Amino acid sequence: MILISVSLLVAVGFLIAFLISVKSGQYKDTHTPAIRVLFDNKDEDKNNEENNSGSK
Amino acid sequence: MSTEKKIEKSLICYHCGDECNDDSIRIDEKLFCCNGCKTVYEILDENKLCNYYNLEESPGISPNFGLGKRFDYLDDQSIAQKLVDFQDESFSKVTFHIPQMHCSSCIWLLENLYKLNHAISHSNADFLKKNVSVTFNHNIFTLKELVKLLTSIGYEPQILLESVDKKDEDKTSQSLHYRLGVAGFCFANVMLLTFPEYLGIDVSDAFLKSFFIYLNLLLSLPVVFYSGWEYFGSALKGLRKKIINIDFPISLGIIALFVRSIYEVLTLSGSGYFDSLTGLVFFLLIGKLLQEKTYSYLNFERNYKSFFPLSVTIKQDGEEKSVPLSKLMLGNRIIVRKNEIIPADSILFNGNGKIDYSFVTGESKPIEKVSGELVYAGGRQLGGAIELEVIKDVSQSYLTQLWNNEIFSKKTESYFTDFSNVVSKYFTFIILLIAFGSAFFWFQISIGTALNVFTAVLIVACPCALALSIPFTLGNAMRILGRNRLFLRNTSVIEELAKVNHIVFDKTGTITKLGHSSIIFTGDVLNPFQQKMIKSLVRNSIHPLSKIIYESLEADEMLPVTGFDEQPGSGISGVVYGNELKVGSKDHVFSTYKENINSNYSEENNYTTNIYLSINGETLGYFSVANSYREGIGDVIRSLAKNFKLTLLSGDNEGEKVNLSKFFSSEDDLLFNQSPENKLRFVRSKQAENKKILMLGDGLNDAGALKQSDVGIAITEDIGNFSPASDAILDASYLVLLPKFLSYSKSAVNIIYISFVISFLYNLIGISFAIQGMLSPIVAAILMPISSISVVLFATLSTNFIGKRLALVKPESNERIRKK
Repeated sequence: MILISVSLLVAVGFLIAFLISVKSGQYKDTHTPAIRVLFDNKDEDKNNEENNSGSK
Repeated sequence: MSTEKKIEKSLICYHCGDECNDDSIRIDEKLFCCNGCKTVYEILDENKLCNYYNLEESPGISPNFGLGKRFDYLDDQSIAQKLVDFQDESFSKVTFHIPQMHCSSCIWLLENLYKLNHAISHSNADFLKKNVSVTFNHNIFTLKELVKLLTSIGYEPQILLESVDKKDEDKTSQSLHYRLGVAGFCFANVMLLTFPEYLGIDVSDAFLKSFFIYLNLLLSLPVVFYSGWEYFGSALKGLRKKIINIDFPISLGIIALFVRSIYEVLTLSGSGYFDSLTGLVFFLLIGKLLQEKTYSYLNFERNYKSFFPLSVTIKQDGEEKSVPLSKLMLGNRIIVRKNEIIPADSILFNGNGKIDYSFVTGESKPIEKVSGELVYAGGRQLGGAIELEVIKDVSQSYLTQLWNNEIFSKKTESYFTDFSNVVSKYFTFIILLIAFGSAFFWFQISIGTALNVFTAVLIVACPCALALSIPFTLGNAMRILGRNRLFLRNTSVIEELAKVNHIVFDKTGTITKLGHSSIIFTGDVLNPFQQKMIKSLVRNSIHPLSKIIYESLEADEMLPVTGFDEQPGSGISGVVYGNELKVGSKDHVFSTYKENINSNYSEENNYTTNIYLSINGETLGYFSVANSYREGIGDVIRSLAKNFKLTLLSGDNEGEKVNLSKFFSSEDDLLFNQSPENKLRFVRSKQAENKKILMLGDGLNDAGALKQSDVGIAITEDIGNFSPASDAILDASYLVLLPKFLSYSKSAVNIIYISFVISFLYNLIGISFAIQGMLSPIVAAILMPISSISVVLFATLSTNFIGKRLALVKPESNERIRKK
């Protein structure tokens, strides 16, 4: 019985995580993050011309 | 004239990719086409944002300078307040629509705005909606400065009347996610807790057993009272309108399941049907999610507000100031600058109007206006600044008054289609009949069994599979059509498409291509004086071909033309400084000068129209104008004509009649000089004859007819761009697939019929158990998912299969809408 309660609590935790993710708008725009992840963060470095072959 | 200059690679602007006139504007090795582009580069370079250029080649947009006081209205607090999404003491968040956003470089730059100005704390781009939301400190940076900053790097936000009027973000899909999440959670846990029962494990511990059951009861509460709650609401709403929609039997099923389960728990007579109950709601919500998945980044509701500016510059007492459009009054003097839209019907007062009405009519050739002429609202000024006097209210202008028509005030809300309503009506009556009938039969034997049977029939008849077949079939069909660039407003458009029997086309922009018709002169080289003479002559004619010739010739002045004569359908003639000119068809030009016929001049084919030219009896050559009809349009029309009645409604004159009658079987189907109102009335009159109309159009002048039609499809060259309110948006280059789209919709509806039959069969089996009083929770728990899953599988697989057969589903068509 204790185990059942624990398992329910864990599931509730996941439910809350899901609800928070909906609230934060993760399901609103599913396209842009896919592009965003490809950006390099090394933009301070001006001489990274070599990078342009990969990102086209 | 088709100017195909060879563009050398080195003469391409580093910023925007346009061709450079010369190499005078340059920094280091980088060339720019204009100072605007160079400035943007300098701004980016200074702020170390040149990674912009590494992500995509020449990603930039040439900025629009000379803004002056254009954004002054943003200083007006009442307007600024409406634009801002959220504000506290120091930070404001605002969302702009930026139509120029087109590649990953754009996203990157727009999300790095904080490097350009430290007052900007964060910016976030939404590529599909082409929106960027910016959070900034409004104590040190104003909204106007932000807009100016964006404009200076080439991303001028589009601030329209609509952006102020409409601020209600739709929360529906979000709440559906919540409800689905809750239902899924409860369903999974109920299944887990019911598992011992499925396996027939006898839980010896009576306490543990009732603990499980009460936990199930507890878990089913949020499913009934939160996740499934709106089914009751929708059923009630239907009842109030005296319609029994499909939610009614679903609600009955949910109530029967819930009440019966609680009764069993309380009387300790069984463990209830909590697994079926939660599963039912969970599956139904999945179906709903699929059905509600729409192309939310496309706007199907656009009206004139969607492209009218938020403010106009008016001139009062010699001073210019910008006022909100709503405060524009009759008699106001307004200034419309280059690339601005004329907001109301007005008289041109000062300056030369060169007005592009492509939004309104689909016709891309600018129309020239001089002082004193009437200018209709909706045009975009292409020349320099002009001064106008407003003579009609914004909402009363020629174009916008179309929206005062009652069809635009009508809200379309048919989420439940006629068909499923009809089915569910009979279905519900039959189920109730069976339920009461069998209850009555058992009543004579035992009251307990009678109640059991009554609820069991309602439970097992709950049309879960029925309710799933529509969303899964149509949802999948909509996705397949979307991959072929036909984007539907919602799934019920497919059902409407399947019923269509009359198709109405608009001409310009729909079956013809927008943009420059290419024109080539074949024959002797014309000297400047000859060009001047011809240009002066054709200026007198309003025929579209004359206009094209007029545009293509260079001349700095117009010469007087005497004896001008236009013979409709053949050509024009006139005398300029004693030289006799003839321009027109072969017969027209050659009829009197047969001896000049040169075999070289007589080639003609279907794709070009040749206009011959002679001066003083000497044939100099011909202009060939490529027909701007869309590729393959002839075949499309011919194949559609087999199954549908076709009509063409054109706002233009009859100039193209000859060419068009090659496509259409009868000339009666070609209607010219149709005003927006005429088009609307035509559609309405056909509907009165019980025709189901599919209208294809592109301009705002088709908006009324598109809205009135059973299905209105807006044709557009670029999906993100403006298109009038419609049921569907179709990428112009996919127009050739129209016959396939129509037959696919028909198949989709047939698939629904078959799925209905399948789910009825399951219902029959279930009911035959139920009326014998033999429906145990485990039978219900098996039957319900099996019927649902088999219907879902059937619907999905068969829509894919038919899509494949019509070549609408291709292996490589997984391409997403990215860059144009």
